[in-house]
Amino acid sequence: MNDSLGLYACCRIAQRDLKLAMRRKSDAATPLLFFVIVATLFPLGIGTEADTLRTIAPGVLWVAALLATMLSLPKLFEDDYADGTLEQLALSSAPLSAFVVGKIAAHWLLTGLPVAVLAPLLALQFHLPSSSLLVLSATLMIGTPVLGLIGAIGASLTLGIRGGGILLALLVLPLYVPVLIFGTGAVDAAAAGLGATANLSLLGAMLVIGFFFAPWAITAALRIALE
Amino acid sequence: MIDWFKYSSPKTFYPIAGKAIPWFAAIATVLAVAGMYVGFFMAPTDAQQGEGYRIIFLHVPVSWMSMFIYVIMAFWAAIGLIFNSRLSGMMASALAPTGAIFTFLSLWTGALWGKPMWGIWWVWDARLTSELILLFLYLGFMALQSAIDDVRRADKAGAVLALVGVVNIPVIYFSVQWWNTLHQGASVSLTRAPSMATIMLVGMLLMALAAWMYTAAISLMRVRCLILEREHHAAWIHELKEIKQ
Repeated sequence: MNDSLGLYACCRIAQRDLKLAMRRKSDAATPLLFFVIVATLFPLGIGTEADTLRTIAPGVLWVAALLATMLSLPKLFEDDYADGTLEQLALSSAPLSAFVVGKIAAHWLLTGLPVAVLAPLLALQFHLPSSSLLVLSATLMIGTPVLGLIGAIGASLTLGIRGGGILLALLVLPLYVPVLIFGTGAVDAAAAGLGATANLSLLGAMLVIGFFFAPWAITAALRIALE
Repeated sequence: MIDWFKYSSPKTFYPIAGKAIPWFAAIATVLAVAGMYVGFFMAPTDAQQGEGYRIIFLHVPVSWMSMFIYVIMAFWAAIGLIFNSRLSGMMASALAPTGAIFTFLSLWTGALWGKPMWGIWWVWDARLTSELILLFLYLGFMALQSAIDDVRRADKAGAVLALVGVVNIPVIYFSVQWWNTLHQGASVSLTRAPSMATIMLVGMLLMALAAWMYTAAISLMRVRCLILEREHHAAWIHELKEIKQ
């Protein structure tokens, strides 16, 4: 079969990952529960004054989303690496980057998308004005795939290394900073009535650049790990 | 035509580096003494900032070097990935600690300057934040390398990380232009006349060159240690004078 672009491979691996996740639903739900619990801790720790909560809401929800994505990252390649599937994927005729993109897409559908959908609900607890809710969801919609792409670089670099999880955080979190800044910036700008277009465009640009370059770095790191 | 690959062998590089280190160290010392003399005794007191401005003779050179070393490190990392040469990875690993120290010094001296001038130690300004991220990138690079026992894999994984992190460098450099920040814009540029007194500029450039030479000396010393550590099984190592003793 002619699949030089790897589109078929990309879709199949995404389907496979989704199916595997559905077999172990509680594993897939853990990052989301984590997201909800972390976001809930802040009002309890900081105080329940409506004005304070409104100011911190975009930042807290974004940081919680970022941590939830990061916590689910080690899972991305680990199981496939342990049972040898990854090696088979690297040896197959379809490009490895296609599999990588498929896996990241499945990962996003399982963590990023639900987080983006859940965030407006949590934002209501933070008394965020309803006009900002949509912007918040939109920033997460565009931002979480970037988090997945950058995070996958870290996940592939720390594959099979001792202390991989905490090292992954050290590698990936600094690279998450721009996404966090523009993501929360968009919500703040919308709340201030400035319009979120500029920040959203920058997030979109990051997504495009990340989508173009990240698979290259990830496949390079995976091949290093498989050597 | 120079055979570059000949010099990329640890065996040829080790003695050359050993001969070069005293020169770099001597030049660094001379330049640093001259730069500090210019900075402390010849440069006039600033009309607005008083004596406190003199920290730029340390702050600007270490900030430049913090970015420059990262680019050089990424360059060696890329060479290592492309040509699969052992020495390139060692160069990248040898540069990282110096880069991290310079980045830390840049933040530290900046804070010392910021307290009297801005009234605060730290602001979440674009340049300060991106410099802080640079420090984290250096630390992440070193942490990743030390977590991997297989040195060849450590070199390659570190190289990929270094190349990914290189996107941060233009962000730091242009942050004062892209965002309207508290940190002032560049006073020195290649394309236009510097907006500072010539004697101050001379002091700063002397210190920058000193920092550069220091980096060369110290990273070559570190490379020599890495070569000894990694090539300890090679026969030529045991022929060395310093090992035989």
